[in-house]
Amino acid sequence: MTPFLASGAIFGIWNWTDAIIRILIIVLVMTVVVVYLTYGERKVIARFQQRLGPTRTGPAGLLQGLADALKLVAKEDLRPATADRWVFEFAPYATFIPVLMVLVVLPFAEDWGVRNLALGMFFVFAVLGLNIVGMLMAGLGSGNKFALLGGIRAAAQMISYEIPLVLSLLSVAMIARTLDLNAIAAGQSFTPESGQHAPYVVLQPLAFLIFFTAMLSELHRAPFDIPVAESEIVGGYFVEYSGIRWSMFQLTEYASMWAWSVFGSVVFLGGWAVPDTHTWAGPDWAWQLGITLIKSLAWIIAIMWIRVTVPRLRIDQLMSFCWKVLLPLALAQLLANGFILEYDGPDILLTLTSALGAVALLALIIFRAVKRPKSKLVGTYRQVQVSTP
Amino acid sequence: MSIWPEERVLAPGAAEFDSVDMTINIGPQHPATHGVFRMVLTVDGEVVVDCEPYIGYLHRGLEKLTENNDYRQAMGYWDRTDYLAGMACEVPYCMAVERIAGIEVPERAEYIRVIMAELSRINSHFMFAGAFGADVGSFGTSFIYAWRERERIYDLFEEVAGDRMFPTYIRIGGVAMDLPDNFEQRCRWVLGSIRQGIEDLDGLLTGNEIFVERCRNLSPLTSERAIALGVTGPLLRATGLQWDLRKAEPYGIYDRMKFDIPWRADLQGDIFDRFWMRLAEMYQSARIIEQCLDEMPKSGLVLNPDLPKTLRIDKGECYFRYEGTKGEYGVYAYARGGNKPYRMKLRSPSFCNLSALREMVVGNYIADAIIILGSLDIVLGEVDK
Repeated sequence: MTPFLASGAIFGIWNWTDAIIRILIIVLVMTVVVVYLTYGERKVIARFQQRLGPTRTGPAGLLQGLADALKLVAKEDLRPATADRWVFEFAPYATFIPVLMVLVVLPFAEDWGVRNLALGMFFVFAVLGLNIVGMLMAGLGSGNKFALLGGIRAAAQMISYEIPLVLSLLSVAMIARTLDLNAIAAGQSFTPESGQHAPYVVLQPLAFLIFFTAMLSELHRAPFDIPVAESEIVGGYFVEYSGIRWSMFQLTEYASMWAWSVFGSVVFLGGWAVPDTHTWAGPDWAWQLGITLIKSLAWIIAIMWIRVTVPRLRIDQLMSFCWKVLLPLALAQLLANGFILEYDGPDILLTLTSALGAVALLALIIFRAVKRPKSKLVGTYRQVQVSTP
Repeated sequence: MSIWPEERVLAPGAAEFDSVDMTINIGPQHPATHGVFRMVLTVDGEVVVDCEPYIGYLHRGLEKLTENNDYRQAMGYWDRTDYLAGMACEVPYCMAVERIAGIEVPERAEYIRVIMAELSRINSHFMFAGAFGADVGSFGTSFIYAWRERERIYDLFEEVAGDRMFPTYIRIGGVAMDLPDNFEQRCRWVLGSIRQGIEDLDGLLTGNEIFVERCRNLSPLTSERAIALGVTGPLLRATGLQWDLRKAEPYGIYDRMKFDIPWRADLQGDIFDRFWMRLAEMYQSARIIEQCLDEMPKSGLVLNPDLPKTLRIDKGECYFRYEGTKGEYGVYAYARGGNKPYRMKLRSPSFCNLSALREMVVGNYIADAIIILGSLDIVLGEVDK
């Protein structure tokens, strides 16, 4: 538990030099992570689709991400004649910078982050919400109707889904009684000691489901990739971008996927906690870093898995799912948590009420599928009736 | 100039809210138009209020080319109408010419034609299922699943005819050459793989809640309306009408085949039913191919040996309709002497099915417009001729 990178200045004498060095490290690591996430996604998806993915560039295609990055940097940076110049050119930055800012507070191991803010959780979703501005700017400034539709869709979708997202995080914050991400992670352990809880995925399964769904929507990943729908509006708000500006949108997508995964695994899966109590050889921080990385990788692979499996929702289905299903359930959970915490109920009550909600959510979906006429279900065509024309 | 539908759904308070409709141009370069089709959608927010299709980007003058070529030379152009099922387009052309010329086809060749046409049908329906999954948004997984089976069918075509997409294998009076030695064994293996592929697609798409939710009750079509619009093929059968030319007017050897027209009591012609119908038809096609393999004469001629070097038809006229992969593939042939037809007209199913597009699309969302277009399963080679 010796803080290797405690919140104080380490790299330099002054606080600001220290912060700059840490930010530089984060940015560099993030770039590498993004390059390899694109490679990883291509490989994972290829395996799901019975393909090989990139194999030619470097051993097992490992240099593919680098080659793509080089190509993108070398490409011409086009701006349509009808575009609103400054809005168009600043939109990628407005999308990208919030994601970078989020990385400031994410704890990758105990006290291992750029800065540990007391309002870390609040900071994360407040700053990530700023993404919308960049997307709207891109949509409006491109002078393209597909981009406009994409931008508007993105704004509508992200603003709607932010509400259940924040509510699901609030119910965690209520139990943790803090918004400090380090404290939230430290408050979770697989072997609850005094003053500690089980991981919040156990205590709040409903919040976890809501968070995961809303996060997919915030990330524009399938089945919520409506703003960037390839087969409808051909990329949505970044349809007019090319070269480095396009790659900044791509960078944003993967960086925010990574940021959300780390954030989600810290908040719900206990960050660096594992169901094991004995101390391991080697420095603590290395183990913690590895465990957080593994958890966030599992998270990312789940996102990719969903992406290759499910089709896309329609915009009205998306909205009604948010406002009619996720929001009431999130509010109900908030209410239940309030009662239980006010009267000092045991943790098991939290689990039970939330699990009830989670079951209700799943049952709702299954019920909708089952109440449909039976003959519309899977595989009925194998028993078609003999025709007599 | 666009025609405005009379009943426009207005949002509450929309009367005093001044909103402007926007036109968006989808195509000819667009991932979801399956070729070079263009439609201009007038949208009110996300809702489509008008749709104007534009076609003709792939016009190659098929009919005129046929009228200026020898009967046999024109074969190659007919492959390229429905380029997803080349064999199934050669057969009706040849059958129409055979009908006006009164040419007999050896029995073995008839069986081979049925096998090839049904394989083409499966091929085309696989393409539909894969591309439709991509339209609905499943990131190419359905596409790749479908592609695996299509590759195997194409490999089979290559073994048989030497070419994959445009085999030009069917000839007037039979087929170009006999089947390779191990064909039956290979074909049965491919059929097994096809069945597995259908199961895979079924598990991926039909079982998916989002997919069903997107497709169910979307743009339902009644049988009467479908007939009025000239919609044929799987689209018509999905409305619950059991109309299949292979049963209604059996040509070739289809009267010997046992197969069903897929039917359910609650067919309503919506997008889901169209998808269902095509998957069901693939099973029936596989059934037909198996029967052909069982019953086919093991040896014999595959091309009528009595044909002259240059085919000249003095007089003849016929309209031959064939159950193509997309619907009624009608060939009108008119000969007035010489080695070229005087008139050759194609009634292409995709073109007629496409005419129902506007009616289906108006009032739905943009996302739905895309999958409605996908569910029509048009091939632009056939639409534009």
